[in-house]
Amino acid sequence: MIKTHHRTPSRSLETVEVKSKFGAEFRRFSLDRSKPGKFEEFYGLLQHVHRIPNIDVLVGYADIHGDLLPINNDDNYLKAIKTANPLLRVFLQRTEDADYSAFGTDTLTRKKNVLSNVLRPDNRKKPPIAISLPRDFRPVSSIIDVDVLPETHRRVRLYKHGSDKPLGFYIRDGSSVRVTPHGLEKVPGIFISRLVQGGLAESTGLLAVNDEVLEVNGIEVSGKSLDQVTDMMIANSHNLIITVKPANQRNNVRITRTSGSSGQSTDSGTSHPTFVASQHVVQNFHSEEVDSDEETDIVIEGNSEPQHIPVAASTSASVMSLTKSDSDHGLTPNGSIASSEGNTCTLIAAMKVDTVEKEDLNKRSMEEDGMVITL
Amino acid sequence: MQGAGLTDRRRHKRIRGGRATQKKSEAGRGEEGESGNPSARASPPKPGRRGGGEKRTVEHGFPNQPSSLAHDPKLRLMAIATKSGAVKIYGAPGVEFTGLHKEAATVTQMYFLPGQGSLLSLLDDNSVHLWEINQRNSYSYLEEIRTLTLPGRLGFDCANSPSITRITVILLKSCCSMACLGTEGGGVYFLDLPSLQLLDGKTLFQDEVLQSLPDDYKCGKALGPVESLQEHPTDPDKILIGYSRGLVILWGQVTRSVANLFLGNQQLESISWERSSRTFVTSHSDGAYMVWPVNSSKCKTQPLTSSIPYGPFPCKAINKILWRTSETGSPFVIFSGGMPRASYGDRHCITIMQGKVQVTLDFTSRVIDFFTVHNIDPEQEYDNPTALLVLVEEELVAVDLQTPGWPTITPPYLAPLHSSAITCSYHISNIPVKLWERLLCAGKQQNPPHSAVEWPINGGKNLAPEPLHNELLLTGHEDGSVRFWDASGVSLKSLYKLTTANIFQTEADHNEGFPQSGEEEWPPFRKVGCFDPYSDDPRLGIQKISLCKYSSQLVVAGTAGQVLVMEFNDEKSEQKISLSSVDLLQDREGFTWKGHERLIPKSGLVSFASGFQPSFLVQCIPPAAVTAVTLHTEWQLVAFGTSHGFGVFDYYRQQAVLARCTLHPNDSLAMEGPLSRVKSLKKSLRQSFRRIRKSRVSGKKRLTPSSPASKVQEANAQLAEQDGPREVEVTPVQRRIEPRSADDSLSGVVRCLYFADTFLRDATHHGPTMWAGTNAGSVYAYALEVPSREKWMEKSAEAVLGKEIQLMHRAPVVSIAVLDGRGNPLPEPFEVSRDLAKAPEMQGSHSVLIISEEQFKVFTLPRVTAKTKFKLTAHEGSRVRKLGLMSFPSVASDDYSENCLVCLTNLGDIHIFTIPGLRPQMRYDCIRKEDISGIASCVFTKTGQGFYLISPSEFERFSLSARNITEPHCVVGLEGSRDHLSPVTSPHNNLQGSPKMSQANGTHKLQSKEECNSLGAADGMLEDLQLPLSQTPLDSPNSSADITLDTTGDLTVEDVKDYLPGMLECVN
Repeated sequence: MIKTHHRTPSRSLETVEVKSKFGAEFRRFSLDRSKPGKFEEFYGLLQHVHRIPNIDVLVGYADIHGDLLPINNDDNYLKAIKTANPLLRVFLQRTEDADYSAFGTDTLTRKKNVLSNVLRPDNRKKPPIAISLPRDFRPVSSIIDVDVLPETHRRVRLYKHGSDKPLGFYIRDGSSVRVTPHGLEKVPGIFISRLVQGGLAESTGLLAVNDEVLEVNGIEVSGKSLDQVTDMMIANSHNLIITVKPANQRNNVRITRTSGSSGQSTDSGTSHPTFVASQHVVQNFHSEEVDSDEETDIVIEGNSEPQHIPVAASTSASVMSLTKSDSDHGLTPNGSIASSEGNTCTLIAAMKVDTVEKEDLNKRSMEEDGMVITL
Repeated sequence: MQGAGLTDRRRHKRIRGGRATQKKSEAGRGEEGESGNPSARASPPKPGRRGGGEKRTVEHGFPNQPSSLAHDPKLRLMAIATKSGAVKIYGAPGVEFTGLHKEAATVTQMYFLPGQGSLLSLLDDNSVHLWEINQRNSYSYLEEIRTLTLPGRLGFDCANSPSITRITVILLKSCCSMACLGTEGGGVYFLDLPSLQLLDGKTLFQDEVLQSLPDDYKCGKALGPVESLQEHPTDPDKILIGYSRGLVILWGQVTRSVANLFLGNQQLESISWERSSRTFVTSHSDGAYMVWPVNSSKCKTQPLTSSIPYGPFPCKAINKILWRTSETGSPFVIFSGGMPRASYGDRHCITIMQGKVQVTLDFTSRVIDFFTVHNIDPEQEYDNPTALLVLVEEELVAVDLQTPGWPTITPPYLAPLHSSAITCSYHISNIPVKLWERLLCAGKQQNPPHSAVEWPINGGKNLAPEPLHNELLLTGHEDGSVRFWDASGVSLKSLYKLTTANIFQTEADHNEGFPQSGEEEWPPFRKVGCFDPYSDDPRLGIQKISLCKYSSQLVVAGTAGQVLVMEFNDEKSEQKISLSSVDLLQDREGFTWKGHERLIPKSGLVSFASGFQPSFLVQCIPPAAVTAVTLHTEWQLVAFGTSHGFGVFDYYRQQAVLARCTLHPNDSLAMEGPLSRVKSLKKSLRQSFRRIRKSRVSGKKRLTPSSPASKVQEANAQLAEQDGPREVEVTPVQRRIEPRSADDSLSGVVRCLYFADTFLRDATHHGPTMWAGTNAGSVYAYALEVPSREKWMEKSAEAVLGKEIQLMHRAPVVSIAVLDGRGNPLPEPFEVSRDLAKAPEMQGSHSVLIISEEQFKVFTLPRVTAKTKFKLTAHEGSRVRKLGLMSFPSVASDDYSENCLVCLTNLGDIHIFTIPGLRPQMRYDCIRKEDISGIASCVFTKTGQGFYLISPSEFERFSLSARNITEPHCVVGLEGSRDHLSPVTSPHNNLQGSPKMSQANGTHKLQSKEECNSLGAADGMLEDLQLPLSQTPLDSPNSSADITLDTTGDLTVEDVKDYLPGMLECVN
């Protein structure tokens, strides 16, 4: 629910003043802080107030440190609303000529330079690479739990589901030196021994050869054999979280709490730590969305008597069960039931055809209409 | 530490409290009165808590690699020791003791102190060990009392000249207070018993003997090692000492002088007295034996007689000879070896001669040792041997010497399980008396007893109660046979043997006309024993067995895709084999089978003896090995699966009901058959064998790193390691981390098949269903239309695909079971209709338990929504290898029992879970993880026991249940009282709590906590305290100095979920 007002200073605590800039034009309106609504609605509103209904724009805002940060999903939209004090400065750019380098830390203060660089044509060696914003990607990896882990450790999450790439790494036995009450002790450990070129592990840049593996999905590997750790990793391979002690300790994540926009955070929270991170941090998504700890098995029902059991009834039942599993496990991408159902259906449809073929071979009368899908 | 244990125990208690309430609400029985009594209370919910939980109870079969044999004629006991240092004593059936030397060295010799219940053993590390059979809680048990390693000669370091004092033979004096040790250096040492103290002053060195020799015999040569020591039969003061060079002396101990000299010139192997002590016989390395007279003349240069029985061509040595007099005729001469070197030098033979009668017993494996059972009463004039017992490498053979023709006696134990290699095993408990008797009867007809003589080794008394139920252990073998063993008690007895080879045409049929042993053949060979490791045709091998004990129907399935449905028939019959083939490829394009051909069944009438006779043969096409089989005798259906697919067959109307291909289009390996698959896996196999070999050696090593033999072994192992290609050492072992993909090879292998009467299509109508699980994590559920009995002939059975479940983690599906409305597994066919089991609850909703190698999952039926799960691999890094649903009856109450899921993992540990809650209950270490064959051979019984192979020839039996334990309970009465010195030298003797506390070949994980637990009653508490300690690795990387420990990480959502049901029940 979005309400638009023109300057109601008396209610400044409850409302957010929005000053939106597109090109040279400014628009001002206000939002109810308690009911910010969804990003889609906000986006529509922006298009409406600027009268640019058919132009794709990138939305950015200036946070309290003066950084230009993107607004492109519910998550960072809510964040922007929450941190507005009370003014929210919004900048719109056309998608076609968006300057992505503008986003990030210190971007607003640097902006003049950036702009001057951009404006000076002779300085423009490389044309900007057209990459889309994080929401157009599927996450492949992330650093998590930075606030609870010691700085020497790194917890990396690899999302196999979202990628066609192989995980692409190998582990080996080794020994590491550990500080104990009795002094330094050599203890057996598990290490990353090889990264496959072009594999997921290598492409993240978060894992490297000779990194010591300390935990797999929250379970310590000490005392476990190489084969055990291998099996644990493969069993968790769809959503692998490994805690490593990087061999190269120079790129460690350091928590910079002064940036203020992060509170206590773990991977499951909606707010994310702001850190001066290594080259690769992808965090702009709902972690629950991909937190498919519960991978769902596919059930294909064969029904030989379609005339007796109404298909519609079964379908509704299946949708019900789908919704249920949704709420249980938060499986669907972007929280959209409809789209997830669509995806699953296409997936199942492919399998269905396959099954039907087999059934035909079996000389069993299996009618295609009779196939009901549940998740 | 104790605090931690207590906390954990309290947690267990709380759960248990919840469950007890649940129990009450379900069974309507009050339990409040018991709450004060932890042991009575705790037993049902925590199965196997008593006595250290998982308990190895007894070893069945024949000890692997036996190395020595001993006999106690007074107590009528027999001992067999092995190369791995195990000692096993056998008496009457059920009387068994097992001991294990701390040093994993070969036991080279063993001697009983007759009538004393003591045993002296010599290891190849030159140490002497004294064992005693003692009593505790009115049961006898075996324990090691003390040990002695012979010191080096004075002034020499033992390590420098070990061979001089290396013991070659031992003689126990009949007075049992002294042992004589003959050595490599030719000296004879004397040892006090039972203190095992060396009597220094009495030692007889060769120099002393040499002085009394005539000069022309001496000729400057040493006498060589002592080869034999024999006590004079009538004068215990005198001993006969035989030296390797051929010299034999009769030595008077008290006088310290040579009474008689026998100047033999042929290398000596062994000596045996004649009972009267007037003569003795020596055997020699050239295959000769000589009889020497003992009389007043001091020095003899020539024997009375000398003969080479298998001459005149060069013969091998006669290793051991016995001379036994007989009232009825000429004396028995029994010897091993001596065969003509060129023609029969490779045979393993023992010759029995009595006058003109001679038999050459021809064994299939090496002769280790032998003894005769004969009269030991000194008053009697004759030996009158009744039986000859021969220990060969792979079996024990007994020969009846009283009955003409010398037939063999079948031992009541030490069954040669491995007479053909075991390929699979199957256990079925609670056999109905009717089938049991029919089996016994068929077995007797098959194997009529050759000899009426009773088993001569019958010392001790079996105190174990008669088993309540008859249990069958079925072993499938490489040669196509299935052996039925009586596994009800401590000694595994052979009941019946089923042969399937005679159904097929095999190559063995063609050379049947080989010459039968004629009368005139020389030597007069006689094949004895049943160990026959050579299989005519590997395709005959049995892969899977399923038996219905109520209908006496059996399915055996083999390597070449043969599925034989058999029915028990008390009569002989002659019949044609009806067969059908089922194409599991279902016209799938692009595959050609490159493996073995299918077996061709015999055409025409084939005669079958009484017992299981084939009623139908189904052959899978392609003829790949059958990987799963199940039988439903009520529906008359058999289901079978291979690496290509599965099928259901109606064997009553002899019609295929279903065939389904499970191959993934990319799976090329499945089509190549077993041979090329071996080739493609050769490298990894070689590596894993190397690993096994390494681990075997290291696993054997227990304590005493100082023991020279273990040092040698270690060095050998290192050498063996280095023999292999070195690249193994150069590149560190690394493992690839990649999720399973759909097109992994061999994904189509059908791993399990299951029939169930349940709700598959809707929640109101239940009906027959068939479930199949594959290597790729697919589950296929079929609804079956089984016509009722009346319409059997009119309608045929049909199968309709009901559901297909693809587990997303794609791990192989190991087992499927349907649980009824109460969460109990469904009963077997006929169990309900014959009033042998409670009818399953059909009111509440059923659920299906699907177990993959990585996860356990319970789904509701018919909707197949996930209910509970446990991710074993994700948590523990272990994978499911074997699985069983067991019922654990309460110790306290007769009519309460709990069903649990028991799984053995690839790490060799056993996990117990509740069903359907899948809450972990217990975890035990069971088998060493390197013992792959042990893990692969494990079978669980339904009553909380299990078996696994600890060697090719031995099953270890273990018990997880507090109620059902099969272990030796026996007592051996000793003659008089023994000199009892307190056993000071053996620090570990108090660890040996039960008759069976150690194992023969060190294949298990060591469990110190188990050893501390004696048979006491209050040890349940101890167990509770110890368990949590063994469960969590203490040293974690996060606990190192630079880290703040995140304690909340230990508690997962699943933990909480696991607690919830119990708590809710509490509230209710």
